[in-house]
Amino acid sequence: MTFKEIKTILKKKRVGIAGCGGLGSNCAVALARTGIGKLVLADFDVVRRSNLNRQHYFTDQLGQKKVFALEDNIYFINPSVKIESHHIKLDPESIVKIFKKCDVIIEAFDEAEMKQMIIETVLDKFPDKPIISGMGMAGFGDSNSIRMEQYANLYICGDMKTGISEETPPLAPRVGIVAMMQANQAIQILLASEIDLGFKKARE
Amino acid sequence: MKIILNNREEVIDRDTITLEELIQYKSYTFKLLVTKINDQLVKKDDRKITHIKDGDKVVVLHMISGG
Repeated sequence: MTFKEIKTILKKKRVGIAGCGGLGSNCAVALARTGIGKLVLADFDVVRRSNLNRQHYFTDQLGQKKVFALEDNIYFINPSVKIESHHIKLDPESIVKIFKKCDVIIEAFDEAEMKQMIIETVLDKFPDKPIISGMGMAGFGDSNSIRMEQYANLYICGDMKTGISEETPPLAPRVGIVAMMQANQAIQILLASEIDLGFKKARE
Repeated sequence: MKIILNNREEVIDRDTITLEELIQYKSYTFKLLVTKINDQLVKKDDRKITHIKDGDKVVVLHMISGG
């Protein structure tokens, strides 16, 4: 598939990003660079200095709401991406409302409780919608422990074990690897549906 | 009985087991879990009344902080 063909398909697609921290900001940027049509961003936080060790923000954005700072950054990279930003702390009700029309949802929260909440909500309310979660990425090294596992429409990227602690802080490289895996998986899912259609047409 | 647990075949040394008992049997100690049986979400409160049958596809996922 040529990049032109890839962009033609992705232009029609919409991805929801739940959380715009280390996973969400980097994943959104990768999807924007690849030519996704629309991103639906949701986050309740502002940019802090401690975020800059791994999140796609800049020193002149400190104090800004993350969704709007990320919207600006994506515009500088690829102004043709449509962006819908929600400065909100997501709950089951708002997840259903905000991400209803998305083709894929990226779970990009920090807290384990929030991860559970969105995964359960999506499995329950949108059983046919793919959700790609990041699970276990703190610390450094051991790149080969990071992998992807699929359980029907639920995709899990990470080492499945390393949570945040004093000795295992979240750092740019491993968080970035998982964010890129999530973006990569989203693109694979979005393109696969169209490739299947294409094969069907070719056979007819 | 034989089940598929997290995409891997697993022999459970019981004839009957609930999801809650399976979690104890496997010594899963994480507080936050997402559980599915045959691609259907099973909520926390339903784990003790949900029975696993031979051949079932079971998913027990630990929620891990970081992002």
